[in-house]
Parts: sequence; structure tokens; C-alpha cells
Amino acid sequence: MHFGFTDEQRLLEDVVADVLRSTCTTAAIRAAADAAPGALDRGIWSALCDIGLADALVSVDAGGLGLDERDLVLVLEQAGRFAVPLPLVESVLVAPGLIDGHTSGIGAGTLFATDLGGSLVAYGADADRLLLRQPMAEAVHLYAAADVTFVERPAVDRARRLVEIVGIDAGDPLTSDAAVIERAVARGVFGNAAMLVGLAQRMLDMTVEYVAERRQFGVPIGSFQAVKHHCADALKAISFARPVVQRAAWSLATNAPTQRRDVAMAKAVAGTAAVQVGRLALQCHGAIAYTVEYDLHLFLKRAEALEAAWGNSAVHRRTVAESIGVVTQTV
Amino acid sequence: MDLTWTAEQDAFRDEAATWLREELQRWRSSYPGGVLSGDTRDGFAQHLDWERRLSDAGWAAVSWPVAYGGRDASLWEWLIFEDEYYRAGAPPRVTQNGIFLLAPSLYEFGTTEQCDDILPKMATGEQLWCQGWSEPGAGSDLAGVRSSARRVDGGWLLNGQKTWTTRGAFCTHLFGLFRTDPQSERHHGLTYLLVPLDASGITVRGFGRLDGDEGFAEVFFDDAFLADDAVAGGVVLGDIGAGWSVAMATTGSERGLTLRSPGRFNAAADRLIDLQRETGRVDLADRVVDAWMSAEAYRLFTLQTVTRLSEGGLMGAESSINKIFWSELDIELHAVAQDALGERAQLDHEWSKAYLFALAGPIYAGTNEIQRNIAAERVLGLPRR
Repeated sequence: MHFGFTDEQRLLEDVVADVLRSTCTTAAIRAAADAAPGALDRGIWSALCDIGLADALVSVDAGGLGLDERDLVLVLEQAGRFAVPLPLVESVLVAPGLIDGHTSGIGAGTLFATDLGGSLVAYGADADRLLLRQPMAEAVHLYAAADVTFVERPAVDRARRLVEIVGIDAGDPLTSDAAVIERAVARGVFGNAAMLVGLAQRMLDMTVEYVAERRQFGVPIGSFQAVKHHCADALKAISFARPVVQRAAWSLATNAPTQRRDVAMAKAVAGTAAVQVGRLALQCHGAIAYTVEYDLHLFLKRAEALEAAWGNSAVHRRTVAESIGVVTQTV
Repeated sequence: MDLTWTAEQDAFRDEAATWLREELQRWRSSYPGGVLSGDTRDGFAQHLDWERRLSDAGWAAVSWPVAYGGRDASLWEWLIFEDEYYRAGAPPRVTQNGIFLLAPSLYEFGTTEQCDDILPKMATGEQLWCQGWSEPGAGSDLAGVRSSARRVDGGWLLNGQKTWTTRGAFCTHLFGLFRTDPQSERHHGLTYLLVPLDASGITVRGFGRLDGDEGFAEVFFDDAFLADDAVAGGVVLGDIGAGWSVAMATTGSERGLTLRSPGRFNAAADRLIDLQRETGRVDLADRVVDAWMSAEAYRLFTLQTVTRLSEGGLMGAESSINKIFWSELDIELHAVAQDALGERAQLDHEWSKAYLFALAGPIYAGTNEIQRNIAAERVLGLPRR
């Protein structure tokens, strides 16, 4: 039993955090929200590709880093902390298992979008390739961006750019192996759960910094117990969601029999925690955070978006219920 | 990251589970009229019998050295034992305040002589220790302790009153904080003393808790003489005047790891699922799942904590967050069960008893409000007033 990380895993987290600190600024997130369809800046993605992250899950023999979910969970938390405006989980976690053996013609650093997490496809207009369940639910097809017709769907989180697919040719499926597809979906769910933890941590960090400085009644508002208790509750929510998400990494990496339950639990717990922390962060900030000038909304909206995507907490709670024998309908 | 147990650990688990199952049956069958609550006078004797059975078989304190009655087991084995203990439906430990609260402080601050004398007797149940911290005027504000110990020839003269002393009426000894420097204020000038309760001038009065059991006591000290040699190795734990830091080490244990192992909550969560199935309360499904997931989150959090401690890390102020989490979890687990039971929640049974006990969680070991302050100030670094 060892529920911790190696120095190498911590180092990779630090390297990714450094890259994101310099490239994924809140200005970059705002720019992503304002860019024209198909004109998303690839600067952050290029920087992540430079350190090999795009092929992190690809085997060493095939030119990748040969890592698994345990190596990536801290990295994904950082991606959440910086609210990376890219289909990162789709490209780094979901795609590799699906295009395995079909890599011809797909270059390094390809950005993928997918509808495996729901019919609202994030970055569908910006990706190089699309991995779509449509038009046949039991298979996944690979399309070039030019072969797909979509409509933009204005989103609450404008930096997570959503489209809906309206026209595609049937073509030949990339895979109809249910186990392969299920694994790809599980990785997508897990990746978003990990990002939710990072988003929550960022919002708590911002809040702690703000309430220590903001003064009312002649003192920092962070010295008031009412504010302290909100912050402590946020810390509690994050502290107990994080190990749940990290356990899901282990379950996926080791193909544990409980992985379906563990991944669902990760998303349910992390989604609930991130939304709760977002509300506490907004409340502790007060009106300043209820503006688009202040940065909190970038993370708040992303947390709400990722909670809803790839199955929301209610959906995953239902999966957990089935796995542990809780009765959900009268017989 | 490896979340599997070794073959040796699995074998340890099997050994513990088998012994617990068989011995619990023997213990229960020796009381045909039923086992009473350990917080009642008659029940306490029955539970002491259970503690002796644990001790005779070396299960009373598995992580202690063999010489003191333990098995020299690692924290991992301790977790495994606790898991099986609660899974088997074994009773709350009436010796817990000694074994889980005083003992960690003894290991950290005690002399070899003190440890050699006290720990083996604690393991066998010969010495039963209760906690003497709270006073009528010092609850959350523990530094307001006024009970005093005045230095006299060959010992200390104790005066004052302790209260909310769990199982104080059934215990033989008390560990507590006393003001040894009459000029001192707050957390200065306090000394951690080890006090046999049979000394003259000590009066213990038990009284009923919320659940009606005589689980509480107040302890009065009227010029009670505590001889220096009342405990081999001396009655002062740590240094004279340094009681606060010794006590804080104990609160870390209480809030953190040793008092509330995850096994207790995992077992309750599994029983809650059974109850939901039996009662067919589909409408409570989400709350049952959330409670079960919280118990699981607590288990996983603890596995990370033990990993960190095994690598030389410290528990630190995050024990405050831990305490808030398990105490709220305990209430929710039992509140959902009570809801599933509907009108039968009114009856005095295992679930309602456990629910009433859970209600104390946010209060004892430092109220959750105080814990939130500690977490905000010491973990997050928010400004103090």
C-alpha cells in the first residue's frame, strides 16, 4: 500500500505548471473566449507538446512517454488550475486509446474534439480531428474537421467553445469495440474530474488571497469567522475530493475491477466539490467577483461547465448506486 | 501508487477477522440477558471483559510494542485491524481515551519508566484512563483552565473541577491539565498531570449524557494530594509548565488519525446500504450514495495520510479538517438511516443510539467551529483577529 506519488510524478507536475503559468494566463483564457471559430490560439498547446505531453499515454515504442493515469492525475489537476482553454483531455487521454493502430496520417500534436462526453462538443470548430459517436452510437468515427458540419452553441463559459454536430457522412467506424470505447469515455470522465479539483483549488487560492487583503470595518475580511468558515469548508471539500480522484487514476491504470465505480465516484465528488467551492469563493469575494472584469468567473464558469459535461454528478451518482447495491427504483 | 495489500497484510486481516468473529460470539453468549451499553455501570463491566479478551489475544493495541501488550504492527496493520473490528460489529472501545489519546502522548513525551509502568496496564485494562481537560469555565477556550496544582512536599495539591469527563465514573486514572504557576495566564504555566482517581480529596460524580447513559462525569479536586510517586516515573508528563504543548499533541491524535479510523464509517455505510434495501426507500438513494462516498473518501484520505506519516511526514493542522469531516459524516450516515426507518427512528435501538452518539461529534475534541478557525488560520494562513 502506497497512496502517494514518486519524485518523477511530482516533477512532471511542476514542469507542466511552469509551462501553464507562463502561457495559460487569464489573458490567454479571455483571448480564447473572443477568438473567431477555428482561430483558437495554439500557443499553449505547442508549449505542452514541446514537453511531450500530447503523447503522454502513447507507448515509448510508438514514440510517446509511456505514462499512465497515475502519472497524469497531478498534471490534469494543474490543467484545471489554469483553466486551459483547449481540448486537452480529449487529445491526451481520450484519443490515444481510440486511434491506437490507426495512427497513419495523424501527426504529432493533433488536437481532437469528441462527442463522447456529450452532444455539446467542446472546441469542435478548433480541433484538427473529431472522434464522434454519431451517427451510430455503438461505434466511434474519426473525421477530419473539414468533413463535419456543425453549429456554434454560445456557451456560458465562452472559453470552452461549444458546437453541435449537424451533418456528417457515415463512413467507416474507427472502432466499434465496446470495451475500447468505454475505456476512452472513462478516461475522459476521469480527466475532467481531475481538472475540477484543480479548478476548485485555484478558486480557493484566489479567495484566500483576496480575503487577506480586502478590508472592511477596518480589518481584513479574512479575519472574520464567517469568512474563515467558508474557506475551511472549501478546503475540506477539496481535501476529500482529491484522494477520490487520485484513486480513480490508480483504478484505470491497473484496470481494477472497480474502475467503473471509482471513475464515476471521482466525477461525482469532484464536480460537487468544485461547484460548492465556486459558490463559496464567489460569496467570500462579494460583488467584485460577480463581474467579468475580475478573473474568478473564468474558473467558476469552467467548474460549472465541467461539472455538467461528461455526465454530471447526478448521473455518476447513479452509476455508483448501481455498483454498490443502492436501490434506485422500486421493483 | 499501489493500492493493494501485501500477502502478509491479507493474512493479518484474515487472522483478525476470524478471531473477532469467534471471540465476539463467545463474549456475547456469556451475557444471555444481552450486552448493555459500555457507558452504563453494568455495561462497563461487560465491556471491560471484552477489553480483557482483546488484551489476552494481543489485539488491544496492535501498533504498540510487544512488551507493552501490542504486536509491533505498522499503521497499515492498525488500519486493517480497525477495518475488521467494525466490520465484525465489535463494540466501541471503552478504553479508547487511554489507548488512543494518552498513549500517543506518552510515547512522545513520557519517560521510559512512565511508559513501562502505564502502557502494559492500560493494554490489559488494569488502568482505565479518562481525560481531564474541560472545566465549567474552559471548553472551546481550553487555555482558560483554572484547576490548579500547588507544589507541596512530596507531591502536588490539586484543586478545582473538571467536567464532561467521558466514562470518568468508571475509570481509575485521569490525565489532565492543571495550572501549576498561579501567576500564569492562558496556555502558559500549565502542567500535564497523571492522576489516580482514588486519591483522597477527589470526588467523581457521573451524570447522564444525551442518550441517558452515565457516560459523563465531573471530577472535583479539594486539596487532593497527588504524590510524586503515585505513578512510577512521576506524575508529570513532559515538563512542568509545558503542559499545553503536550496536550496539543494529544488533540492532534484525537482530531486526526487515531481516534476515528475509517473502518467505523465504512462499516456504518455498508449497513446503511443494507437498511436502504430492506426498507426499500428509493427516495433516499442519493443521500445513501453520498454518505457511502463520503465514508470512502475518508478511507482514501486516511490512506494518503498514513502514506505520508510512513515516509516521515507529520499530521499537522489538517487534522482539524479531518475532524470536521468525520464528525459531519457520522451524523449524515446515521441521519439517513433514521430517515429510512421513518417512525421507527423514535425507538431506542442501535441506529438511534448511534445517531445520538454522532450528534456529539461536532462538539467533542474541539468544536467544529474552533476546528474551522484552526484550518483557516494555520492551513490557509488567514489573519487572526
